[in-house]
Amino acid sequence: MSEGEMARLMEEVEEKKKLIATIRNKPWRMKRRLVLLREAQQFVDKFEGALGKGKGRKWYAYKVMMTKKWIKFQRDFENFRTACIPWERKIKEVESHFGSSVASYFIFLRWMYGMNLVLFGLTFGLVVMPEVLMGLPYGSIPRKTVPRAEQDTAQDYSVLMDFNGYCKYSVLFYGYYNNQRTIGLLKFRLPLAYLMVGLGTFGYSLMLVIRTMAKNADVGGGDGDEGEFTFAWKMFTSWDYLIGNAETADNKYASITTSFKESIVDEQENQKDENIHLRRFLRVLANFLITCSLGGSGYLIYFVVKRSQEFANRDDLSWYEKNELELIMSLLGLVCPPLFETIAELEDYHPRIALKWQLGRIFALFLGNLYTFLFALFDEVNTKVLNSIGRMFEYYANFSLPVNDSDATPPPMDPGDVILGPCWETAVGIEFVKLTVSDIQVTYLTILIGDFARAVIVRFLNYCWCWDLEAGFPSYGEFDISGNVLGLVFNQGMIWMGAFYAPGLVGINVLRLLSSMYYQCWAVMATNVPHERVFKASKSNNFYMGLLLLVLFLSLLPVVYTIMSLPPSFDCGPFSGKEKMFDVIMETIDLDLPAFMGTLFSYAANPGLIIPAVLLMVLAIYYLNSTSEAYQNANMELKKKMQMARDEEKNRRNNTDSTNQVMKDLEDLLPNRSLAPPALPEPG
Amino acid sequence: MGNKQTTFTEEQLEAYQVMLESEEQRLHGRFRELAPHLVPLDYTNNPDVKVPLTLIVTMPELKENPFRERIVETFSEDGQGNLSFNDFVDMFSALCEASPRELKTIYAFKIYDFNRDNFICKEDMEKTLNKLTKGDLTAEEVALVCNKAIEEADLDGDSKLSFADFENMISKAPDFLR
Repeated sequence: MSEGEMARLMEEVEEKKKLIATIRNKPWRMKRRLVLLREAQQFVDKFEGALGKGKGRKWYAYKVMMTKKWIKFQRDFENFRTACIPWERKIKEVESHFGSSVASYFIFLRWMYGMNLVLFGLTFGLVVMPEVLMGLPYGSIPRKTVPRAEQDTAQDYSVLMDFNGYCKYSVLFYGYYNNQRTIGLLKFRLPLAYLMVGLGTFGYSLMLVIRTMAKNADVGGGDGDEGEFTFAWKMFTSWDYLIGNAETADNKYASITTSFKESIVDEQENQKDENIHLRRFLRVLANFLITCSLGGSGYLIYFVVKRSQEFANRDDLSWYEKNELELIMSLLGLVCPPLFETIAELEDYHPRIALKWQLGRIFALFLGNLYTFLFALFDEVNTKVLNSIGRMFEYYANFSLPVNDSDATPPPMDPGDVILGPCWETAVGIEFVKLTVSDIQVTYLTILIGDFARAVIVRFLNYCWCWDLEAGFPSYGEFDISGNVLGLVFNQGMIWMGAFYAPGLVGINVLRLLSSMYYQCWAVMATNVPHERVFKASKSNNFYMGLLLLVLFLSLLPVVYTIMSLPPSFDCGPFSGKEKMFDVIMETIDLDLPAFMGTLFSYAANPGLIIPAVLLMVLAIYYLNSTSEAYQNANMELKKKMQMARDEEKNRRNNTDSTNQVMKDLEDLLPNRSLAPPALPEPG
Repeated sequence: MGNKQTTFTEEQLEAYQVMLESEEQRLHGRFRELAPHLVPLDYTNNPDVKVPLTLIVTMPELKENPFRERIVETFSEDGQGNLSFNDFVDMFSALCEASPRELKTIYAFKIYDFNRDNFICKEDMEKTLNKLTKGDLTAEEVALVCNKAIEEADLDGDSKLSFADFENMISKAPDFLR
């Protein structure tokens, strides 16, 4: 075979291969696809071997066979991966009963579970396990032992529920970890690992969230005007093809009919002559009321945190006083959103805009609460740090006494007797864990009482009640998607913040998400009814991801501030004895890495290098910004052209005069109008 | 294939590249339970068996869909709604989440084109609308909606939607993936 023939044959073989790869995307009948596929495969098999003639044919055939096997392996692996996705069937069931927007909450929950599982793996494998396996056991050094004074009550249930006692001096919290530079035979550097895992948690979460946002943005695409195709879209895209349940389908029919009627009314109606001043006044009033309530809730939290500081000094606390802070925060989260909704009735917005305002306000509420809590907490921390300096002197004073008395080494003191300074990191960790646990409890109780008990009452009391409980008040609950999603987002924010001070928190969260999935799936199927207005989950996915990203940044700030500025407690935790937490990195660079790396880092930290790097990044951002603006402009131009062409065609067909003056002028010069429409001539 | 009784040969499996063997078995199981007396257990000889429309629309996935008859008719070879196993597989692979947007657009157009003239004309739209709202809208409302829809989407001015018009309109819709 000549060279030219071989090249042509190779091309054909490549074409057939491409056909085989893309055949599933073509809209042909299965039979046709099968026939073409068989043909293509036979062709490829026949000629691929022939091409190898005289060029190490055996090797070529072997390569081809390996490629085939590799492709098959990849496909099997891909299938296996898809089959491994957990809870797929459960979520599909929920979807067919309740529509895709409720199911999108569960898909989000599953995604969160995956992320938390990875974070848990990191923390557990690199921080907790080494300390447990290779570090000193419980009771060997002061920081790992329950002090003598507390030992009697350390096993009490009430003390454990407060995360004091044995809980406080366990791997759950920061204070347990030892500050030895290396531990065990493997010379594992625990303090460094602790810091790196803390920072790596944020890095990984950031990467994951951004990657998911980018993926969603691709799918979301559609840049068309909102009002461009209202009726056409309503007609062709409003049915949710995943609905498989009769009740949901009925609701969907009703909501489609209502939405058509609304649009028809909108279309037919003229501008309402409304009192615009009254409307404006009402809106201003509503915003004022809401700002007041936001401010009020912030102040309430601050007040309660201050009170809890006073309580910390007393010993005779009732259950309410001990848990006041967590209760108030959870209650605010429950009570304020319906309050906002009621006030928003004053505003009289379109439902979609009203929903956006509502979500924004709930977000502001949670954010305000969280940050007030943080500020109050850090106030407390600062006081503790100041106190601990005094304690430090006391501590050294105590230890130096025996040494002065004799030349022998001081008698070994029982670790339970050593006076420990206040360990503020553990205290902060305990606060976060308590907050998370109370949040979990409140959520589960709300579902149990608000949904389950309500459903039971409505179902069984209906037989002997004057009005129809199922149709009127209270009837069965609907699943509150936005409330649940926001709760999930803020819970994750708390986990991110608290994970540095309490490594066990991530484990608690994993358990919580796992149980939440089963519990909420059951609750939704057993006690909820589909929404009256069944709507689809459209672009709102990226909205929630955006919220998550914002919360991630906001929870990064306190942790970074702590690492960079606050001095660690001097007798507990992996950084005890150092001036700042990140000194451990400096230490590692000095002692463990070869000398030239140290000099390299010191050069890199030179301001003369950092400032140009920052400038370069700013320039890059500016450049990318202007390119994207240019693309957007080009897009707009093309759209305008298309629109113009479309209008021209319409006008031409309907024989009305063109509105474009230039076109009008040129029309006389154009040939016979009744022919097929000519291409758009260049203006001017 | 050894002693194991299999439903499909290896090549058939390769050809149905869309899915895994177990999924294929599952689909075959579903197909079979619609008409157990018609559909054989062993498909290695590619038997020519078709299940009629009336049985297929009883499937739970399709039962509540207002367009179920149109969907089945679109995927059947004879246009009457009798599906062979190949058509059955076609239908589910086109409707599944993994199938590409262009494919769905093409099939959606076919589904909504009731009289199969490759255009969505006013009568097609009226039928669509009535199926969607279960006849709750009055005749003038129906007429108004159809007119508005044609006005919005029709690009070439022939007061019906060709595939190009439909595709242009659908590609911008935010909700169209299912």
